[in-house]
Amino acid sequence: MLTLILRDLRIGWASGGIVNALAFFLLVTILFPFAVGPDTVLLARIGGGVIWAAALLAALMPVERLIGPDSDSGVLDQLAVRGMSLSSVAAAKIVAHWLGFGPPLMLAAVIAAGLLGLPLATLATVEMGLLIGTPGLAALAVATSALVTGLRGAGSVAGLVMLPLAVPLLIFGAGSIAGGGGDAGTSALKLLGAVSLLLLAGAPFVAGAAMRSAME
Amino acid sequence: MLFDGLSFTLAAGAAGLVAGPNGVGKSSLIRIAAGLLRPDGGTIDHPPTRALMAETHAFDPARRLIDALAFWTSLDADPSRARARASDALAAVELSAIAEVPVRLLSTGQRRRAALARVVASGATLWLLDEPANGLDVASVAVLERLIARHRAEGGIALVATHMPLALPNAHMIVLPC
Repeated sequence: MLTLILRDLRIGWASGGIVNALAFFLLVTILFPFAVGPDTVLLARIGGGVIWAAALLAALMPVERLIGPDSDSGVLDQLAVRGMSLSSVAAAKIVAHWLGFGPPLMLAAVIAAGLLGLPLATLATVEMGLLIGTPGLAALAVATSALVTGLRGAGSVAGLVMLPLAVPLLIFGAGSIAGGGGDAGTSALKLLGAVSLLLLAGAPFVAGAAMRSAME
Repeated sequence: MLFDGLSFTLAAGAAGLVAGPNGVGKSSLIRIAAGLLRPDGGTIDHPPTRALMAETHAFDPARRLIDALAFWTSLDADPSRARARASDALAAVELSAIAEVPVRLLSTGQRRRAALARVVASGATLWLLDEPANGLDVASVAVLERLIARHRAEGGIALVATHMPLALPNAHMIVLPC
């Protein structure tokens, strides 16, 4: 398991996937002020939502490369022959993808918050939301990647499959900001946690089954 | 339906040679034996450990050959000796000289030999070799034959699908119907 996680992290880093996703995330947040104008009050109000939408799009970037190359090059075959269950392979990939995506994204969110002029309290809520939500996002990315493996134009299909399923994460993530520090914000965070856990629990099995059917 | 009514048993030290023209289901039979494909009917009994040499090499292109191979040997039994087993296996297929070269720079034949090294290093009882002689030069084919013979002498089993002539003494012929 650990060997697999380390391997995936190394590949994610060496292929530039991690840096690309972060650069994309920052670019989207930088583009927003150009689109809506340099109104600091407005930007501070919508900034949290912007960060969430950008995080979602950035999560989509590496989806094509999470499972596809391993399926094509026969790595999954070799793992299966060694008696490893494909669900645990998927679980390892989720952990590795989150490690390479979640914490760096949380760091980048600090920069994005500075660029958008977010108040400190909002930034704290955003970071808490990202900490809770990104594991679910990573699970969804791996499951989607497994589902579209072997399709032509896998990248564009992945977007169509993944974004609708990520809507609950977006709603509760952005909702936790709109709710402020009050009860509404806290319950949005709890619901975000529930969605994230649900995705984490289901994704390894969905991904494992999809990899198995792609093999046959 | 590719084939039906197929039944064979390979005892310890035996080899099965799957022959037949292209498209007859040789690779499918190997993948079924490897547990990667489900047969429509019937059962497969296999030893606890299997090793597969397929068409794909499954090595990370950016890594050095020894590291790429050691990744796989660390997933097999006895991970503490993973690196030693990887370098022993590279010596067995005569690739020690290029152990430090990244996989992406290797030729087709060298990758095939590296895939064979992974089978050798696995220590598995049952070797499943799909067209193992593809891309190999004459000297490497001799190495392949010698390694299979050694594996059988140690009580191992080999199931080999090939359309090229391979010297497998006393092999059990498995002819798939056209």
